[in-house]
Amino acid sequence: MAEEKKEYWRWTESIWKNPDMNWKDAEYITAGIDVGSVSSQAVIMADGEIIAYSNTRTGSNSPDSARNALNLALEAMKGLPEQRFDYCVGTGYGRVNVPMADRSVTEIACHARGANFIYGPEVRTVLDVGGQDIKAIRCDEEGKVTNFLMNDKCAAGTGRGMEVFADLLGISINEVGERSLGVKEDPPPVSSTCVVYARSEATDLLRQGWTSEQVLAAYSRAMAERIFSLVERVGITPEFAVTGGIAKNRGIMDRLMPMVGLEPMKTEWDTQIAGAVGAALFGYTLWRKGKTK
Amino acid sequence: MITAGIDCGAKNTKAIILKDGQIIGKGKVLTGFDQNKAINASLVEAYKNAGIANSDVEKFGGTGSGSKAIRESVIINDIKAIAKGAHYFFPNARTVTDVGAEESRAVKIDANGNVVDFAINEKCAAGAGAFLETMSRALETPIEEMGPLALTSKAEIAMNAQCVIFAESEVVGLIHAKIDRKDISKAIHDAMASRIVSMIHRIGVNEEIVMVGGVGYNPGFIKAMKSQLNIDDIRVPHNPDLAAAVGAALLVENI
Repeated sequence: MAEEKKEYWRWTESIWKNPDMNWKDAEYITAGIDVGSVSSQAVIMADGEIIAYSNTRTGSNSPDSARNALNLALEAMKGLPEQRFDYCVGTGYGRVNVPMADRSVTEIACHARGANFIYGPEVRTVLDVGGQDIKAIRCDEEGKVTNFLMNDKCAAGTGRGMEVFADLLGISINEVGERSLGVKEDPPPVSSTCVVYARSEATDLLRQGWTSEQVLAAYSRAMAERIFSLVERVGITPEFAVTGGIAKNRGIMDRLMPMVGLEPMKTEWDTQIAGAVGAALFGYTLWRKGKTK
Repeated sequence: MITAGIDCGAKNTKAIILKDGQIIGKGKVLTGFDQNKAINASLVEAYKNAGIANSDVEKFGGTGSGSKAIRESVIINDIKAIAKGAHYFFPNARTVTDVGAEESRAVKIDANGNVVDFAINEKCAAGAGAFLETMSRALETPIEEMGPLALTSKAEIAMNAQCVIFAESEVVGLIHAKIDRKDISKAIHDAMASRIVSMIHRIGVNEEIVMVGGVGYNPGFIKAMKSQLNIDDIRVPHNPDLAAAVGAALLVENI
């Protein structure tokens, strides 16, 4: 009998609700849904504060993924009817395919706005590394985008590239960061231009007797270099904040931040929800300004 | 004079024995992990095929990404080797495209097989055989069957992803959307051909156009190339993957 293949790339999905808030007290309820290439998030806001969110895997189509993310967040709310939403904004790779959204806003704008909310108004440079793209964004104290650069044509440096390595090495994506730090000294980085080349190189290194930790360290360094080259081009102004799944990977963060030369800002929020937070905030502003649906 | 040309590539290592400019022996083995072993094995095969001994070879020319591992050989530049090899098979060749496992190139050559200009892709696997290999795994179709399968389709499906890694997810999406395998296979070949064609356009399209490298064995790819270049014929040698080794064996004669 065929053994089911373990999915090492599979990361932990989550649902959260604010125990101290009741949606019934809110004047405005808005939702932001970020359908990314790999993960989807729904954030529900009551008067501009996060009341619930979900963070889940994107399925094979955008409308279903948006629905799934929203349902999970609604489930956490217990009894909040969807009709109560004043405004819903879709963002991300699949933003035009979010059926319940009143309008869509680009993920660049949403990430800057979301980072401004979850990290605070001091943030000026936002790095977002998601499943299929790297975004380096400069923004002002209101979270408005002043400049940005994006790489969405190549998997090198993205979360998807890290998933490929987790699968290759048979190490859970939740552990790759810590494991990569288990080496005394970083080996030279593998190819930072192409995940396919990096994977062939890594396979050779494993054959030569390198440990999984060494290979992970070599790949993490290559990925950090790749990400840094984009951040450097957009220009770095403090404070510096990181959103997306990458912020949870210490193996990348510990290698990237010395290159940046700044301490990253800290947050208690799940860094993957930044885009959806920005979308919900746009919804809040748009609704209060009285923009028609 | 007897010369040997060895092309140690990312996927296969090829050896050619030339006697006074005529091919008398050839060998081809998987490169695998140990390049030295592969080089020796390909040479042993070629000697056997030619009916000669190692000591009969006067000069060795080495080329390919693993050329540094070829001991006692003169290293021949990859681009020059491809140009000369293509010219050997087709003297009227003016544009040569080489699509190997991990790299691809387009070379403009003159009537003597000398390099005039070239473009190269060595940074991204999307324009190389690795793209087709990865897609054949995603489509659960043996690599040899990918091209013939694509030939049976007339569908025009555009793939959005450039990157091999992203294209893999896109192919899985197409499978889930119940798109026929032959149509997906054609979409894959069309996508890859468009990358190679844009590289060829950088050096200009001059007939005859010759295709060398392992991907030359793929009829689906050749058809996609012809249609995108809007030309009737692309010449492909019988063993397109041996062209660089032939070129190396020819060029070493005069060194």
